[in-house]
Amino acid sequence: MTSQTDPGTTAVGPAASAPPLDLEAALADSQVEELLATLDRDLVGLVPVKTRIREIAALLLIEKLRMGVGLSAGPPSLHMSFTGNPGTGKTTVAMRMAEILHRLGYSRKGHLVAVTRDDLVGQFIGHTAPKTKEVLKRAMGGVLFIDEAYYLYRPENERDYGQEAIEILLQVMENQRDDLVVILAGYKDRMERFFQMNPGMSSRIAHHVDFPDYEADELFSIAELMLERMQYRLSPDAARALGEYIDRRRMQRNFANARSIRNALDRARLRQANRLFDRRGAPLGREDLMTIEAEDIRASRVFDRSETTVEGSQ
Amino acid sequence: MRITQGTFSFLPDLTDDQIRAQIEYCLGQGWAISLEYTDDPHPRNTYWEMFGMPMFDLRDAAGVMTEVQAARGTFPDHYIKLNAFDSTHGFETIRLSFIVNRPLHEPGFALGREEAAGRTIRYTIRPYATDRPEGGRYS
Repeated sequence: MTSQTDPGTTAVGPAASAPPLDLEAALADSQVEELLATLDRDLVGLVPVKTRIREIAALLLIEKLRMGVGLSAGPPSLHMSFTGNPGTGKTTVAMRMAEILHRLGYSRKGHLVAVTRDDLVGQFIGHTAPKTKEVLKRAMGGVLFIDEAYYLYRPENERDYGQEAIEILLQVMENQRDDLVVILAGYKDRMERFFQMNPGMSSRIAHHVDFPDYEADELFSIAELMLERMQYRLSPDAARALGEYIDRRRMQRNFANARSIRNALDRARLRQANRLFDRRGAPLGREDLMTIEAEDIRASRVFDRSETTVEGSQ
Repeated sequence: MRITQGTFSFLPDLTDDQIRAQIEYCLGQGWAISLEYTDDPHPRNTYWEMFGMPMFDLRDAAGVMTEVQAARGTFPDHYIKLNAFDSTHGFETIRLSFIVNRPLHEPGFALGREEAAGRTIRYTIRPYATDRPEGGRYS
């Protein structure tokens, strides 16, 4: 896949002195445009992230064309760091990124292996290296996604085995760049501290992508998208209630953006099911089974008077 | 005397690219790959030592190739073979196995004759390499 150029380019490549390269054909060939379009469609908001991904995709495509005519800047470094609050779509975007890299030929298999500290760091001396290496071997040819990567480094315990995992990781990130792409993810401030403590890691990461929090209207669109996929719909009252719910929930602690919305919808479904169950005897239609009413949402604890003291994710 | 065994015993040793292609095939079939090594070339020496754990859930040959390189680095003068295990019900066995590393000099075998009762002769072979203790046989 890596060395493959489209037939059009190879035909004119060596013959003419300055052959015009067909960017359109290369683009169509990689089908990456289509992938970026679905990314635009499926992911609400996240404009800076989408722009960055578009830029990275453009760079990789041009690099591929350059390689086709014998210009080489060396294989580009593709390791990335995704920073942002919980529920802002880091894992989802990482999965799409794996697919994009696969289409462009920078990742042979295009699979994503998502791990956390537990999967990399061992429990006793000599346990970490085989564990990390096994994960790395599984991720070869694809993308290794390390969630909450800063937990790998624990400055308060200098004998922590995390450091060993980082060293092995760094070695592979440097030496097997065409076998593996590493994406580190986590909260912004803690990731920044992690990079400060591990300058080796920071310098090997080419792309830092920051995921902004969602706005209220974006969260509402996300909710609508989720409901549509689950084949539910909101009654007009319920839509209003959901709007208010989002406004209130955002102000509270432990707000996890899209994840909170998904949890809220799951609970609304639960209440809807209970409501339908309670009025047994009355005839049920398809419409009833699909519709979420305002009361299903307003029963949430978020609407309690004592909301300021509520800390859970209700 | 060049020892041959396994799937490609009739061919010259595979190059790294050919090994990689075979690994890709094995992974495509969903087989788990493991490495084994020994320095006793006797044909009846069936159970070699494992090099690391068998590798499950791999997607790409690069992971196995790093392990092959590591094994060659650790045991440059040993025989190393690559096994692919098929866990499918009904097979549950090695489906493919071939040598990926061998010592530079392979001294071969001595033929031993034992005189048994009534002028019977029993034959046996013994690798010259095993004259020396394990670990120092090919250095």
